[in-house]
Amino acid sequence: MKALVAVKRVVDANVKVRVKPDNSGVDLTNVKMSINPFCEIAVEEAVRLKEKGTVSEIVVVSIGPKEAQEQIRSSMALGADRGILVETTDEIGALEVAKILKGIVEQEKPELILLGKQAIDDDSNQVGQMLGALLGAGQGTFASVVTVNGDKVQVTREVDGGLQTVELNTPAIITTDLRLNEPRYAALPNIMKARKKPLDVKSPADYGVSATTKLKTVKVEPPAERKAGVQVKSVDELVEKLKNEAKVI
Amino acid sequence: MSILVIAEHDNKTLNGATLNVVAAAQKIGGDITVLVAGSGAQAVAEQAAQVAGVSKVLLADNAAYANQLAENVAALVAELGKGYSHILATSTTTGKNILPRAAALLDVSMISDIIAVESAKTFKRPIYAGNAIATVQSDEAIVVATVRGTAFDPVATTGGSAAVEAVSDVQDAGISKFVSEEIVKSERPELTAARIVVSGGRGVGSGENYHTVLDPLADKLGAAQGASRAAVDAGFVPNDMQVGQTGKIVAPDLYIAVGISGAIQHLAGMKDSKVIVAINKDEEAPINAVADYWLVGDLNTVVPELVSKI
Repeated sequence: MKALVAVKRVVDANVKVRVKPDNSGVDLTNVKMSINPFCEIAVEEAVRLKEKGTVSEIVVVSIGPKEAQEQIRSSMALGADRGILVETTDEIGALEVAKILKGIVEQEKPELILLGKQAIDDDSNQVGQMLGALLGAGQGTFASVVTVNGDKVQVTREVDGGLQTVELNTPAIITTDLRLNEPRYAALPNIMKARKKPLDVKSPADYGVSATTKLKTVKVEPPAERKAGVQVKSVDELVEKLKNEAKVI
Repeated sequence: MSILVIAEHDNKTLNGATLNVVAAAQKIGGDITVLVAGSGAQAVAEQAAQVAGVSKVLLADNAAYANQLAENVAALVAELGKGYSHILATSTTTGKNILPRAAALLDVSMISDIIAVESAKTFKRPIYAGNAIATVQSDEAIVVATVRGTAFDPVATTGGSAAVEAVSDVQDAGISKFVSEEIVKSERPELTAARIVVSGGRGVGSGENYHTVLDPLADKLGAAQGASRAAVDAGFVPNDMQVGQTGKIVAPDLYIAVGISGAIQHLAGMKDSKVIVAINKDEEAPINAVADYWLVGDLNTVVPELVSKI
């Protein structure tokens, strides 16, 4: 079967971002960018399914600026076969991303569609679910185990109380949780090979999507600062502070 | 304005997180209807009818909704939601699973995890793991949003007297099936609702040590137990105990972080706690920057001493 994986270029997970002084957004100049960690897990899962013989071809897609090619190339270095970049510099909403992905799914006809459960920049956790709705496909969100049985997919999901397993018809949407797998590192020869793999560049208009988003970001502010704390020297001092100063025990 | 709140429940009891969503709905203002979609969930509907501020309860009782499968419940929410100005759900795994699907069916954008209501169309929400707060305005005809429970004080479970109305509409997409679930049993308070949380990180060393050192402290304080991602990934404790950007968001009165360094990812899940205590052997640990009190020392001796003195 064919797998489609969506990846997003985001600020690296270890960067502490700063809000711009004019409150228009987060300052991304000269900040290290990477593939969203959940997307990397989605790529790894597709590659593992290919290694098992379940998946025959992996198409990786990203929607974003020209530079998102880097994230597509690194996904190819991990084992994806070809890439599609839908190039746009607009800030595009989750619903519009889902609409573009729907257009790609209709052309590519994958049986499995893998996405991260959320991007670590906007923290929305929406695109996979929205794509499921637009396609009328089943969704296995927050997946920690994926098992393909013929034309059905069993997905074990991380839910608040523990784990839940569902069975989906294909085509199925899977959004990955952190514990699904541990992504591999790309070996240098694979990075070289990835440069030669095909990468198509498209635009949102190719999929009939024009609006960017109907959610307007009015302003972005830093969170309220916590007042500086104190180091206590002993357990006695800690207990005293908690009882008499903070009054929480 | 008319607001539809999606109740979270297990077919027997209304989940407390729903009360925080009703509180957010009251801030928006307008008639509040609660939708209970489930199977054999009459008792939940009756509990929802008692909740302060609720004017109507819709009960969709059918086997198709028994396990909150997103494919079925989202279709129902989208169908019923057409007549409302707002549709709200909890920021739990259930709400996050269902609501974006319902929003896309209605062809509207959605706002995740709101922490404040500025106006009926404008909300605040954290982005970048809580390192920035965005004020977002929706230009959609229907505002669809999940609500971060810890940001709103729950409304009272009593005082309401809403009518319960049965919904006969059955949406069964037939593309997904519930297979099984493994729910972690615990005598302790629920993590996201607890007044005190005791969390352990990689520093506790092992699953065995996590329980040896932290169980007595949690017992003594009547606290819920949490963990950092490092402790979960190392297999010390199950994943549903993870606090952080990718786990649960907590804001208790007292959060005690033991052997946790304080990565950005973890801080996103707990830095709105009223009082934060860090116990760590590393004087330079980032957790100390958000802690009200921090103690540098070996957790294996400090924590038992703390237990003996409180």
